[in-house]
Formats: sequence, structure tokens, C-alpha cells
Amino acid sequence: MHKYILKRLLMMVPVLLGVIIIIFSLNYFMPACPVARRLGDAATPDQIRQGRDELGLNDPYVVQLGRFVGNIVRLDFGDSFHTGQPVTSEIAARFPNTFQLALFGVLLGLIIGIPLGILSATRQYSLFDSGATFLGLLGASIPNFWLGMMLIIVFSVNLGWLPAMGFDTPLHMIMPVTAIGTGSAAIIMRMTRSSMLENIRQDYVRTARAKGQSERVVIFRHALKNALLPIITVAGLQFGVLLGGAVLTENIFTIIGLGRFMVDSMHRVDSPVILSGVLFIALIFSFVNLAVDLLYGFVDPRIRSQYK
Amino acid sequence: MQNTETQQKRKKHSQFREVWKRFKRNPIAMTGLVIIVLVASLIPLAPVIAPGTDFDPGYDVQNLRYRFLPPSLQRHVIYDENGNQIGGSGRIHIFGTDNFGRDVFGRIAHGASTTLSVGFIVLAIALTIGVVLGAISGFYSGMTDNIIMRFIDIILAVPNILMALALGAVMGPGLTTIMIAVGIGAIPGYARIVRASVLSLREQEFVEAARSIGANDFRIIRRHILPNCIAPIIIEATMGLAGAILAAAALSFLGLGMTPPSPEWGAMLSLGRDFMLAGEWHMTFFPGLFIALMVFALNMVGDGLRDAFDPRLRTANISKKKFLRQTAQMRRDLAGGE
Repeated sequence: MHKYILKRLLMMVPVLLGVIIIIFSLNYFMPACPVARRLGDAATPDQIRQGRDELGLNDPYVVQLGRFVGNIVRLDFGDSFHTGQPVTSEIAARFPNTFQLALFGVLLGLIIGIPLGILSATRQYSLFDSGATFLGLLGASIPNFWLGMMLIIVFSVNLGWLPAMGFDTPLHMIMPVTAIGTGSAAIIMRMTRSSMLENIRQDYVRTARAKGQSERVVIFRHALKNALLPIITVAGLQFGVLLGGAVLTENIFTIIGLGRFMVDSMHRVDSPVILSGVLFIALIFSFVNLAVDLLYGFVDPRIRSQYK
Repeated sequence: MQNTETQQKRKKHSQFREVWKRFKRNPIAMTGLVIIVLVASLIPLAPVIAPGTDFDPGYDVQNLRYRFLPPSLQRHVIYDENGNQIGGSGRIHIFGTDNFGRDVFGRIAHGASTTLSVGFIVLAIALTIGVVLGAISGFYSGMTDNIIMRFIDIILAVPNILMALALGAVMGPGLTTIMIAVGIGAIPGYARIVRASVLSLREQEFVEAARSIGANDFRIIRRHILPNCIAPIIIEATMGLAGAILAAAALSFLGLGMTPPSPEWGAMLSLGRDFMLAGEWHMTFFPGLFIALMVFALNMVGDGLRDAFDPRLRTANISKKKFLRQTAQMRRDLAGGE
């Protein structure tokens, strides 16, 4: 098991290196100059050149790339061009909200999606099944940022029940988490339904029924346990999607998070922040994928035996 | 050779007819198709819905006196206390007007072509690159496969929106940025599906037969393998179009899209957001509704196509009556066994 984890961690290195090189190259060739942007229109060409020298932006590509990778290895992500603060602390201050938002979103998706999916699969072709399938399709199609705005219009503007901005108290969290989690709930429900339907038709389910076990045991202990793998996969992927999707939700609900910071930095052409933000999210996403793969082994003994 | 090719053509034709026959019987899928046709028909109708003047294109006819009109089915007319008409736009603002007094429905109609063409261009970018990469990767395993799949892993490691933000910082906002960013993000889906199909087809006898009569790799992939994985590609492309429209709207909502006054559904949402807290709900509700409607319809069609194409589901797609009969029989068998 340890050997497997180590192997997976090593496999992450080339992927992350690839992300670094691509993102860095994009940034290197960008026409917009952050120094000129910060100094404003009054800046003389000399001032701009001096500013670029100070930030090391006039060095050759390979030198800059080498310095960038070297700094990352030492966990130094540089300073934000805009605030002058270390990017690491800027990200650390904002990431918890983004992480919570994505995590609660996936949890909401699991809480709603799995039970609905099971009910829908066990009552295939019933009215409930058609209704749930329709809602699932609808939920997967509604843009989460639009849903967020509609929630604000109904519950904040018209009813005045919930605060429209911030993420401090559970009351603040209700709408953002609902907005971000609805799509996940729909996708997880669809996956649960199809995975359960596949398993319910299997011989071992018939055997379990033939043994005279109660329907509850048949569904939860036999069918669901085997149907869990694709559901876990989808939930893990959704977590990554939501880390990205948080950009939109944070913007709508004015939440101080990494996503909103990234959008602001994009408009300010603050390249250290964008580089490290993208890299940071890629790193988190890779770890989530690793965790999902390890969960497979936890759920399925057949896979666990292959990890040795 | 010529003969077999014409035979192939005839067979392909009949397969699509078969699929269409099954598709037609699916009410949900047909509803989706009707919605798509209706929304697409907004494109030629846009100049009629929101006619322009010599100076203004139809989507940018402003009249600040008529701003923030609520949605209404009646012509907008203003009367004085004696009942005489003294003003009003004289038009029906079915979805209301925005902060510049522009008709929201008119802008939605004009924006339909932008939204749909962005979706199709993204689809074309991602489909071309994805299919080529997937086919090469699946056909030549080993080193080539490994390199391509690691490249795909790199794309997958960065969430789509963040990749777009990075690109936006480099290229500056604009529709091109959006199309490239969303297009790159959609490559892995197609590449993986094509690769999986090619892997399963590669060892088939008809490939061996083609090789034995001297067909080269390119010909085998193009004429023998790709036509056989057309079904999963079409299904993925339908769903992918929905995803592309959604992603493009999201990015344009974040301000990466086109510059005003050009109408685009995502940008309209972004504009409406500024007036949301003031209670002007119709400026956000309707553009978003059209995005949702379009994505919903495409997903319905995609689901329908999957059912119509998939031979495995063909057997599972039995009537409810038959299903109930079968399960009842099964239950009786089981009860008898106890």
C-alpha cells in the first residue's frame, strides 16, 4: 500500500511539471506588461525597463523558467505584483472558503444524489423514476451561476430570508452551497441510478433475494456496495469541477475565496498569483484523485489486493 | 474493392435510418429536438423581433425613457389622465427592457447566433484535435500512447475555468480566448472516448483483412476504424455542445467575453447582475433561462441518441408492460424456489 502511494505521488511529478511549463510559457509570451499596467500611463519607457529588470522579466525564457521551478521546489511562489504580499499567504488566506464551498457542494450532491438514485433505480419505470430522471437532467443543465442569482432574487431580495453576500455563518452558506451543489447532485443521481440498475440485474442480487434476505439488505449491502465505485469516481471528479466552479459562485455571493481572487488577478495581469493559483488547484485536484483511487481499495477488496 | 465500398455506404445509411426510427419514438428526445429548432429559429427571426434603425443595430436600440420596463404581454403605451396616448415604445416587451431601455427578448434573439456559433466552433476545435489524438493513441499503443495520454492528464489536472482565466490574462478578454480555452478543456473527453473505441476495434478481423490487402495505417484508421466509432462520438459531441455553451456563458459572465453592446447570453446575465439587488429580476432570469433551455434540450437529445445508438440498451429498452411481466415471472420463480 505504501509503495503504491509512493508510486502515485511520483507519477504526479511529470504531470505537475507539465502544468508548470504550459502555464509559465503562456505567461511568458503574454503581450500585456504588468509593470506598465501598475505604473500607469505616466510611466516612461526607462521606468518600465527598470521595473521589469527588478522583477526579472527581461531574462531569457529558460532562465526565468528555471528560477520559477526552483522557487516552487523551495515553496516560494513569489510576491503578488499588485499587493506586494507573498502569494503563498494570499492563497492560504483565501483557500479555506473555496475548499469549504467545494466540499459542502459535493457533500450536498452525495446526500441528495445517492438516495434519489437508489429510489429511482429500485422503482424503474415508475412515476417517481420519470420525475427524478427529469429533475436530474434539469439539474445538470441549469447553469450554477444563474441558479445562484435566482436564489438571491427569491430568498434575499423578495423574501429577505437569507443574506446575499458572504460566507461566514451557516445561514450565509445555504445559498452558495445549494447553487454549487445542485449540478453535482443531479450528476451523482444519474450515475447512482444507472450503476444501481446495472447491479440490480446481476445474478448475485437474485441469489441474495433467493436466500430470503430482506429487500433492504439486498439493496444496501449487496447492490449498493457493488454500485459504489462509479459513484465515488464521479464524486471525486465533481470535487475538481466545483473547485473551478467556485470561481463563479464566489463572484456571485461576494465570497472572499481563491476563485474571485484569480478573476481579479486576471484583470490586473498579476501573473505570480495566476501561475501559483492554477498550480495550487492542479495540485489539490491531483491529491483528490489519488484519494479517490485509494478509496476504491477501501471499498473493493478486489482492487485492494492489486495495490501491493 | 469498389463494390464493398458501395455496400458499406448503403449499410451506413440504413443504420442511421434505424437510429432515427428509434429516436423518433422517444418523446423526451423529440421534445429536446423541437426546443433546439425553436431556439435556432430565433437567429433568422432576430431582425424581425428587434428591428434596428440606420444608426443602431437591432440589439442596441436604446431609449432611456423606457428603461427597466417589466415583462408584459401588452403594447407599451403611456396615457395622460384624459386617456390620450402621450408616449410609450408602442412595442410588446415580452421579457421587459434593460437598463438602457433595450428589449431583452430582442437581445436574446440577436445573441442566439453568437451563443450557438461559439458552441459549434468550440466543438469543432475539440472534436478535431480530440479525435486525431485519440485515434493515434489507441491505434499505436506504447510510447506514442503514453505521451499523448500524459498530455491529456495535464489538461485534465487544471479545471477548465482556471485554464481560461490564465489564457484570459495572456490573450486579453474576447470571444477567441473563450473558444480556445473551452476547446482545449474539451479535448480529453473526445480523445478518451475515441481511444477506448479504437482499442477495442484494433484487433478486429476486418482491420486485419484491410491490412492484408495492403491498406496503410492512415487508410485503416480513416476508412475502417473511425466509421465504426461514430456512434459514441456523436453522442459525446451532442453532450459536448451543451457543455461548451454552458462553459462559454460562464466565462463570458466573468467578463472574458465580447465587449458591449453586442448581445451574448452570458454577458447579458453579467449585466443583469448589477441590477439584481434592485429587483430587476427579468434582466437575469430570461437570458439564463435560454442558456438552461438550450443545454437542457441538447442533453435530452444526447440521452435519446445514446438510447437509439446503443445496442445493449436496445434489449433493455423494452416496454413497461413486458418488463413488469418479466419481473412478475421472476418473482414467481423465486417464490416457487423457496
